Amino acid sequence: MASLTRADVEHVAHLARLGLSADEVTRMETDLDLILTMFAVLDELDTDGIAPTAQTIEVESILRADLPRPSLSQEEALANAPEQSGGYVVVPAILGDGA
Amino acid sequence: MTSAVATGWEAVIGIECHVQLRTASKMFCGCSTDFQAAPPNSHTCPVCLGLPGALPVINEAAVRHVLAAGMAIGGRLLPITRWDRKNYFYPDLPKGYQISQYDLPLVLGGSLTFETSEGPVTIAITRAHLEEDTARLVHRRLEDGRDVSLVDYNRSGTPLMEIVTDPVVRTAEQARRYAEELRLLLVTIGASEAALENGQMRVEANISLRRPGTEAFGTRVEVKNMNSFRSVERAVAFEIERQAKALDAGEPLIQETRGWDDDRGLTYRMRIKESSDDYRYFPEPDLPPLHVDASWLEAVRAAMPELPAARRARYAELGIPAADAVTIVADAGATALLDAALAAGPSLAPRKVANWVVGEYLRLAKGEAGATAVAGVSGAELAALVTMVEAGELSGTNAKEVFARHAAEGRPVAAIVAEAGFRQVNDTDALRTAIAEILAANPAAVADVRAGKGQAIGFLTGQVMKATRGQANAALVGQLLREALEQA
Repeated sequence: MASLTRADVEHVAHLARLGLSADEVTRMETDLDLILTMFAVLDELDTDGIAPTAQTIEVESILRADLPRPSLSQEEALANAPEQSGGYVVVPAILGDGA
Repeated sequence: MTSAVATGWEAVIGIECHVQLRTASKMFCGCSTDFQAAPPNSHTCPVCLGLPGALPVINEAAVRHVLAAGMAIGGRLLPITRWDRKNYFYPDLPKGYQISQYDLPLVLGGSLTFETSEGPVTIAITRAHLEEDTARLVHRRLEDGRDVSLVDYNRSGTPLMEIVTDPVVRTAEQARRYAEELRLLLVTIGASEAALENGQMRVEANISLRRPGTEAFGTRVEVKNMNSFRSVERAVAFEIERQAKALDAGEPLIQETRGWDDDRGLTYRMRIKESSDDYRYFPEPDLPPLHVDASWLEAVRAAMPELPAARRARYAELGIPAADAVTIVADAGATALLDAALAAGPSLAPRKVANWVVGEYLRLAKGEAGATAVAGVSGAELAALVTMVEAGELSGTNAKEVFARHAAEGRPVAAIVAEAGFRQVNDTDALRTAIAEILAANPAAVADVRAGKGQAIGFLTGQVMKATRGQANAALVGQLLREALEQA
């Protein structure tokens, strides 16, 4: 199995918004590679004839009726906001839009 | 209206629509979706704020709306669907991921057919899936001078359907017509209010150009922020022209997202896609898979109303001109009025009733007074009115006035006609009696007519009209009067 590159670690760190130092990237390169090697053991199992599984719990199709319930108060909703203004959560200026 | 054609290029357009579904509560929690006029952050809970430990539960109504939409576009409804996490960081997404559907969406395939100025067009639909909406961002400068973004999580977790076409749209007009027809369909089945102007339906177009006859796609540009159907057409037309000019000049295009500026009538750069998005989708562990069984599908099918295309076909079979049918079906009020009038007046020619709906009802409904001008309209009364006109009991001009009054006030047509004295008397016997009385009472005038004084006929006609309080059919009075004078 191809081992993890430094670029892979940096890419994953960026996606997770982790600011890793050069030393940390080096350490993660080794650690993550070991973790992946351990998981690769699973690839040795013969899974032919087994349907892809995304869930191991046995319940299915759990739905709720479309009935509104009370929400939190604005005060409660904003209790953990680092900064607020006029009932909004304040964040650094974002240009453009999300995905 | 057809867009300007960029000569030598073929436009390849795929349209992606996000539609807020019509539910009382959010996608995965019980927070009310009735927050349009609410203070910010007043409709949230641990689930839609993404607080640790909160668990989502799927709203049945949201799934039902997507199933109905899938059925309405003739798509394949997958028996087992699943939710996936789409991972990215943005302040409008409190969990750090959006619960969406990746490889097992509720609906695969389907199509939408509509009329254009170049004839009917069918657009293939790739898929439709269910996801949750993000929070709303407001960009503002605070009093201390800092430019910040403000986040309102009321919209966070609202049920959203994404419906994507194949890259088979070719013109700006097709793009607009597709969006219009999709909106009509979704409103008809009750899945969404789908108003573009307030973001209930958001239309994005992926546009690239290529040489006609070639297969490979050109550099793709995503255009968004079009908040009316007219904007969709203008934005797509502008972008086709912009790309054609750049390519003709040998300038390379950049894969980017551009916004439509309706006031300036142009698209502007919002952001450049530096690398392909890496959302690291994986199955949502907090939600079990969903089985859509046959009995559920049957219930959705049973509740399906007549769809716009079927409605237009039915009207065509009734002899209603195609243009009138398109106009009527595009308006829920007009459709309801026509159907009610036809039910109340089965012997009336549908074409004539449709003519009233298009010519008078829609003229009033779309006039300055708007909905109040037609607040009292009733199909049975329209049928009664058309019956009177067809029987010659009411002149066309008077009938229009009667209809306008009825539509606004809701009073029965017969009452308005009687009150205004609009009824035309066509009863030949009654008119003959009245004429005989007038002739007997005005021997001098009769003698004048006999002596060749033509204007005396006008006097006698006036007397008959006066005796019938203006309700006699004037043409008929003239004819009967001449007959009576010849016989006398």
